[in-house]
Amino acid sequence: MNFYNEMYDADGGVREHYKRYEAWLKETPPERIERKRAEADLAFHRVGITFAVYGEEAGKERLIPFDIIPRIIPSKEWKAMERGMRQRVKALNIFLWDIYHDQEILKAGKIPAEQVLDNAQYRAVMKGVDVPAGIYAHIAGVDLVRAGAGEFYVLEDNLRVPSGVSYMLEDRKMMMRLFPELFARHKVAPVQHYPDMLLEKLRAVAPQGITDPTVVVLTPGAYNSAYFEHSFLAQQMGVELVEGRDLFVKNETVYMRTTQGPQRVDVIYRRIDDDFLDPLAFRADSALGVPGILKAYQAGNVTLSNAIGTGVADDKSIYPYVPEMIRFYLGEEPILNNVPTYMCRKKDDLAYVLDHLGELVVKEVHGAGGYGMLVGPASTKEQIEKFRQLLLAKPDGYIAQPTLALSNCPTFVEEGIAPRHLDLRPFVLSSGKCVNMVPGGLTRVALTKGSLVVNSSQGGGTKDTWVLED
Amino acid sequence: MLSRTADHLFWMSRYIERAENLARLLDVTWQMSLVPQSEAATNQSWAAIIALNSLEEAYAAKYSTVTGENVLRFMVSDPDNFSSIYSCLRMARENAHAVRGTLTTEMWETMNSTWLEAREKSFEQIANAGIGEFFEWVKMRSSLSRGTTLGTLLQDEAFHFIRLGTLLERADNTARILDVKYHVLRPHGEEEEATDFYQWGALLRSVSGFEVYRKVYRDVITPERVAELLILNSDMPRSLRFCLNGVVKNLELVANSHSGETLRQAGQLYSQLRYGRIDDMLKEGLHEWLTDFMDRIYLIGDGISKDFLVPMSEAA
Repeated sequence: MNFYNEMYDADGGVREHYKRYEAWLKETPPERIERKRAEADLAFHRVGITFAVYGEEAGKERLIPFDIIPRIIPSKEWKAMERGMRQRVKALNIFLWDIYHDQEILKAGKIPAEQVLDNAQYRAVMKGVDVPAGIYAHIAGVDLVRAGAGEFYVLEDNLRVPSGVSYMLEDRKMMMRLFPELFARHKVAPVQHYPDMLLEKLRAVAPQGITDPTVVVLTPGAYNSAYFEHSFLAQQMGVELVEGRDLFVKNETVYMRTTQGPQRVDVIYRRIDDDFLDPLAFRADSALGVPGILKAYQAGNVTLSNAIGTGVADDKSIYPYVPEMIRFYLGEEPILNNVPTYMCRKKDDLAYVLDHLGELVVKEVHGAGGYGMLVGPASTKEQIEKFRQLLLAKPDGYIAQPTLALSNCPTFVEEGIAPRHLDLRPFVLSSGKCVNMVPGGLTRVALTKGSLVVNSSQGGGTKDTWVLED
Repeated sequence: MLSRTADHLFWMSRYIERAENLARLLDVTWQMSLVPQSEAATNQSWAAIIALNSLEEAYAAKYSTVTGENVLRFMVSDPDNFSSIYSCLRMARENAHAVRGTLTTEMWETMNSTWLEAREKSFEQIANAGIGEFFEWVKMRSSLSRGTTLGTLLQDEAFHFIRLGTLLERADNTARILDVKYHVLRPHGEEEEATDFYQWGALLRSVSGFEVYRKVYRDVITPERVAELLILNSDMPRSLRFCLNGVVKNLELVANSHSGETLRQAGQLYSQLRYGRIDDMLKEGLHEWLTDFMDRIYLIGDGISKDFLVPMSEAA
């Protein structure tokens, strides 16, 4: 397979937007780079920018490998991507409002109703609930990949609790600390105002009548894999980081327990899945949630961000319909490509998928984090056979897509600098009519040679992402 | 501020202070053991440390005899002993981790790297490098935590709860060091003078009080004055009076609608120190007085917990 290289063109020439960086890399002594890489490692450890890995020893924390070669995007390209994401997230938010209200899109037959209404992620309790400004996904993490000859595809829309933005910010901080001279040579669009932007959005969606809302970040706790990010965002926004046990509901109003007595909470940026939010409404065994919070939410006394029930819109079984949503709600042609998707619940699609397992990527409909997927070309016969059985047993639990030739970018690895595959997750913030994002996002890179899985839980690393201003 | 946040801050500072004071106590005991004296007397000082922390049972489960090396190993780096320096530093870091967003970057990095370094030190490495050096390191790390707190943290509620933890823990620990050493040094009447000097000198040094003593009294070291300095001096940062003064001040700053009783208790204890005389305390029996003091410190800590830290009832 031929892969698009972010730094070099097909003839081995350096792409225009990488020329200055490449020149710097050539003239900088390898010892200096080596020293800087060690410095970065030490700093990340001391700062404790770590994540916990499920299945490993409890409480153990790992660093996410950080690569010092940035992923550079020229301004023109970014602008098109930005337009595409704005369009897409707008349509997804309208879709969410629609399926919990009039269900026009189902009535119009654009999406099979049972695909939505019988979806495990569809929350009937949200029917008829009016959320502030009609926005459900205030924070969306749109995963983009570059493939083929260089065009971008949306791999998935993360509308529940997308994570990784703290790495975007810390990577930038680290790059500026290690190599200030690079920023003098490039006009890199800043990203450090993300927490401000987020706080502004959260305040904007406070319940009606609240002029000076109390915003909090709700975390499952210090042992959660993304705890660093939760505490980081709370600190950067200057709001309380709370756990479920710090909150309680009285008269359909949410309070936190403080040293001065109960204090009302208006907006909750929750980093807990729907299932665990309220033991009275969802999973009764959840010790992370707040009993009664759903009632307070339905009564409009507190805003949850993101809203309950967004999972149905980023579900892999709904993903194939997003271009149709854009046409239906906005009357526009989609700017960003969807990856062609085989829905295994369809008989023909299933037959095709079973015949071509060795070429396709098969994903669990409700899976996330790189768990429960098969990358055909990189799998053994046994793994493929195992998936064949899984597919036959539960076809509607899976989708399949062609294995994309993900672009790669030069990356420091053990044997020196070598190309590694990457993706990009920009963070899209919505409130009312405004959809904003900081330029760039989190670039994740698969550090294993040939691997197409970039998730940090699967050994992926990160790179600083530069959008160059003209 | 969240009750849980205040709780973590309070305990974070208590644990780091506890680690420091434990290092001080072990250091003075170790130094005293270097002055020629009977083996029985030495072992008695080591046993006293175990008793002081009510660890007799846990200790006996691991070691059959009380020796300096065993006690040091148990109290310095035993991860199973929740009162060891190792465990205190771990707990300090865990509490800091739970509220890292409330701490300044400098504070968090200090707590985190203290723990990361401590974790790497085996008892053998510590002993080989000289155990005194390790105690110095612990004291230095504790100073650094305090320094970053004073130098970088906004002096709001978070700061007050951190100070409350530090001062309450320190008052308790100074009382303990004094109690155990006074007891060992003056079981009945006079001892040999030269030994006395070294022993009292080591005790003073363990609370950074040797030079202070000279400055305050400009005279030879006597047990009564040592007690007076550590209990009643208003300006000596590790004295009971100094600590209680700070406890009362910080309690006043965080007061809420139901913390009145705890504040009263702290104020009452402080006024005993403010207006008390060392002669009266010695007459009453120093051990008895200190025991009563430690009980009351415990009650104040308990009061703070109930008033501020443990999630309050919803009706409150």
